[in-house]
Amino acid sequence: MQQIINFVLRNKTFLMFMLLFGLSIALTIQNHDYHRSKFLNSANFISGSLFETKFSITQYFGLKKDNELLIEENKNLRSQLLNQTQTEVISTSDSVNISGNYVIYSAQVYKNSYASNNNYLTINKGSKDGISQDFGVFTSKGIIGIIDATTNGYSRVQSILNIKSRINAQIKNSSHIGSLRWNAKSAQIVQMVDVSKFAPVKNGDTIITGGQSTIFPKGILIGVINKINLDPGGDTYSIDVELFNDMTNIGHVYVVENKDSKEIKSLEIDNE
Amino acid sequence: MNNLAITKIVSFLLLILAQGLVLNHINFLGYINPFIYILFILTYPTSNNRVLFLFLSFLLGLCVDIFSDSGGVHAAASVFLAYARPPMLKFSFGMLYDHQGIKFNQSEFGSFITYVTIGVVTHHLVLFSLEFFNFSEIIELLKKVVFSSIFTIIVCLITNIIFSRKRR
Repeated sequence: MQQIINFVLRNKTFLMFMLLFGLSIALTIQNHDYHRSKFLNSANFISGSLFETKFSITQYFGLKKDNELLIEENKNLRSQLLNQTQTEVISTSDSVNISGNYVIYSAQVYKNSYASNNNYLTINKGSKDGISQDFGVFTSKGIIGIIDATTNGYSRVQSILNIKSRINAQIKNSSHIGSLRWNAKSAQIVQMVDVSKFAPVKNGDTIITGGQSTIFPKGILIGVINKINLDPGGDTYSIDVELFNDMTNIGHVYVVENKDSKEIKSLEIDNE
Repeated sequence: MNNLAITKIVSFLLLILAQGLVLNHINFLGYINPFIYILFILTYPTSNNRVLFLFLSFLLGLCVDIFSDSGGVHAAASVFLAYARPPMLKFSFGMLYDHQGIKFNQSEFGSFITYVTIGVVTHHLVLFSLEFFNFSEIIELLKKVVFSSIFTIIVCLITNIIFSRKRR
């Protein structure tokens, strides 16, 4: 017993190092796992309110641009509304078709990152505003990501610029589906993989969210096809998609809740 | 509570705030950020309680991790740097280190540059290896290490020159 105590005392620096280093590695590994990275994120009370203070100082710098963006969006929505009442048909433009079972919240981005491999955003709405995990996040131009952790007043969004992200997507005019990923190379380009080789793809085609996930409604814009590669197997394409959103400059976002998601998920579990 | 302890606590908090709120969002050329919070570890007094020093480094890294949503990569890199500091000191300052108690703002500037360079490169190598977690992209990793290191070294040296009053 004496010897064990002596050993610990003699090597206390090394043991402390191993303990703390092991702890950090454990936290890192845990962060690579989607549904477990809930502790220790930037959506906590202290860092959240610090980001809020910073935002309250810096928000004035972008007011003009924000206003222009809102006017542009209002113009699009208004023209859709007018066209709809006059001709009594649903317009076939790149509209976001949101039916009654979706709820939209608006939020403000406090912190955005796009330079690392696992990027997250922090927004100023949390569980007290009705936000919870697995809600979709998008802007008027296209999708941003998925809520992955919430606290009382803030939420963390797992950006599409995150190598863990998998989002269901489809080609707009053919309804062939694929999965949206990111290879951490460029903040403008994401990859759509597992697209059937029978899909009629060409450069410049629009990519939208598919209706298969319970997170996003069908038809939210993502981007346009930039480059098409046939996979080595020869059965599927992997497509480089250029995003409509400038992920490096995001202010206002919308959060969407699918009220049916619980029902759909319970059905899927029953089937298994 | 002596004067030095208070200075250290204030610099600890200021470095975290500067890193979390400003320097993480520079993104020079798209992806290069300086990590000057390690200046705390580099300029920590040399005659010290090493267990406490390791723990403080861990805490510093963890705070930066919380601000940048990166799990534990900064904590791991900081603890590693803190543990590997004595050999670096011995290499860059030589005889001076054996007599204990280097005053960083009174030492030779050349040795200080060597010391900061070795420290920053070691830290960034651990940091980005853990962040990538994947050795198939080793070229991308080394590119990030080199460019971020250059940026960090320059910012660290400038900060040190500004905040140290007496230098020979």
